[in-house]
Amino acid sequence: MKKTKLKIKETPGKVEQLMPEQHQRKYILRLYITGTTNRSIMAITNLKKICEEYLEGQYDLEVIDLYKNPNLAEGDQIIASPTLIKKLPLPFRRIIGDMSNTENVLLGLDIREVKKS
Amino acid sequence: MNKTASKLAIESLQKSPSGIKGFDEITGGGLPTGRPTLICGGAGCGKTLFGLEFLVRGATQFNEPGILLSFEETIEELTKNVASLGFDLEDLVKNKKIALDYVRVERSEIEETGEYDLEGLFIRLAYAIDSIGAKRVVLDTIESLFAGLPNQLILRAELRRLFRWLKEKGVTAIITGERGDKTFTRQGLEEYVSDCVIMLDHRVTEQTSTRRLRVVKYRGSTHGTNEYPFLIDENGFSVLPVTSLGLNHTVSNKRVSSGITLLDKMLEGKGYYRGSTVLVSGTAGVGKTSIAAHFAEAACKRGERVLYFCFEESPDQLMRNMLSIGIKLEPWVQKGLLQFHATRPTLYGLEMHLAVTHKIVNAFKPDIVILDPVNTFVVSDKEYEVKTMLMRIVDFLKSKNITALFTSLTSGDTSLENSDVGISSLIDTWLLLRDIELSSERNRGMYVLKSRGMANSNQIREFILTDHGVELREVYIGASGGLTGSARVAQEALEDAELLKRKHEIEHKKREIERKRKALESKIATLHADFDSEESEAVKLIKAEQDIIKKLEQDKMEMAISRKAVMEKRAPVNLKKSL
Repeated sequence: MKKTKLKIKETPGKVEQLMPEQHQRKYILRLYITGTTNRSIMAITNLKKICEEYLEGQYDLEVIDLYKNPNLAEGDQIIASPTLIKKLPLPFRRIIGDMSNTENVLLGLDIREVKKS
Repeated sequence: MNKTASKLAIESLQKSPSGIKGFDEITGGGLPTGRPTLICGGAGCGKTLFGLEFLVRGATQFNEPGILLSFEETIEELTKNVASLGFDLEDLVKNKKIALDYVRVERSEIEETGEYDLEGLFIRLAYAIDSIGAKRVVLDTIESLFAGLPNQLILRAELRRLFRWLKEKGVTAIITGERGDKTFTRQGLEEYVSDCVIMLDHRVTEQTSTRRLRVVKYRGSTHGTNEYPFLIDENGFSVLPVTSLGLNHTVSNKRVSSGITLLDKMLEGKGYYRGSTVLVSGTAGVGKTSIAAHFAEAACKRGERVLYFCFEESPDQLMRNMLSIGIKLEPWVQKGLLQFHATRPTLYGLEMHLAVTHKIVNAFKPDIVILDPVNTFVVSDKEYEVKTMLMRIVDFLKSKNITALFTSLTSGDTSLENSDVGISSLIDTWLLLRDIELSSERNRGMYVLKSRGMANSNQIREFILTDHGVELREVYIGASGGLTGSARVAQEALEDAELLKRKHEIEHKKREIERKRKALESKIATLHADFDSEESEAVKLIKAEQDIIKKLEQDKMEMAISRKAVMEKRAPVNLKKSL
């Protein structure tokens, strides 16, 4: 990611040419869940569905079980569960809930904008 | 306190001492162990600090590690903020005594997409608790969640679960909450945390602010119900359970000198009782402070510790002024036996003054406390409040067996005895200084208005300030009343002259008598001499006569012999008898 940033700095205006479309739009997502509760499972299923539908091949999803890694909660400021963190592209977003409201998930992921552009 | 409190705790409810001065006394041991406590109050009233001190004291004094979950301030901010109060959070964190976690909830970052819970928060808390074995938890304004998370239904349900979970965990928790309009907290947290509710308040009356604390409820325990003033200073929080004192202090029979010999004499020759309260009142410029300074100096000379609160003069000014009457206070300040505290009475409210007094007295542990003067507190007509405050101070000092000397300025136009009636009943020994105007002169007089438990003098003494301190003189009582000042001096001179005259007369008389005695003695001597000479003359005459008689007899005998006549022997004439 640092590399990308550097390139942008070095060659302003030529970003589009230097970076392939998919790479620039790569989604780095992290989903925090708590064990195998209904909400956790629902969140995983719902999110996977959305990602496959809208971001096929453009995303990198990491699922973290807080019960197994409780020390990770502090770093990403997790309070609610499940929480989906969109690290990239910016802006940073956290999407909480079981992802059952697809509209809101898309809004949170800024996918509407992606589609427009 | 500790023993009774712990005994009570076993019987009823276990309590975790907060370590906050005074707070454990009014709650009978501290906060309920293993239960959440709600601390509520307006902005800037010290909620966070209360929580932090609870943690720090717990970690350092009671070996109970603690966790702070802060929703408002970041860790850096918190650490900096409390460093000014003498808490080294970084060190405690390093030693795993305290864990800090800043929970950031940013509304703009969050998108709600269905059902969720706060399990993440629980996990963080549980992780933190387990990592250092925490016994104490502080959630500093959990209400921030309400601003960050839009779904209130979920939030309320989760909060209820959180507090129950805290109870199950057995941690003693403090939850802070902003004060609401009609409720204790804005979001009605008291609904969830109902074991113990403490209200902090920061009130401004007549431009002076006072912090107060009240225990609103405490399930399963008795507690002080009053509003207690509290302080936040460089040593943290201190609550003052000032009204919980009874009238059961033990008294001392020991006496303590006032530093003025004649004044001691007026008080049975021994001075004040140790642990008693002395009031020196009088109009302006009669020497109240001088009496106080004498007392202070005398105490320091005995090696006692003196705490001097001055509300009108700075310590330097006071020491300079006392030098003019020969009282040197500075050496004692340097030796650490005498400590000055100069504050303006308007600096803070009465309660605060009381609180500060408590704190300083507890820290310095003096034998003698001087408040000079007390009535500057009466800025407006809050006389009742001033009285209760002074009563608390008196009670407090008495309970510590500290001798207190208050000075009080009385206005000239009202009766001196009346103007101090507010506090007179609290006072054990009351010295009244007044000026006596006579023959266009203003002089000072002093008398003991009352002195409990001793046969004090009823005399008015003239009070003179000299370059070697205060002197008391007998007031001349003449036919026209008491005389003071130059009138007294004149009268004394007159008497002295009279006395001298009389002395002279006596001498004179003595000499006269002596002279007479001598004259008499010489007379006797001449008479003796006359008599002696007359006597010897007479003896001579008698001898001569006797000789003549003898000669005549002899002649007769010789004549008879020559006539050869036998003569009858006649009895000789007893010449001596006829003599």
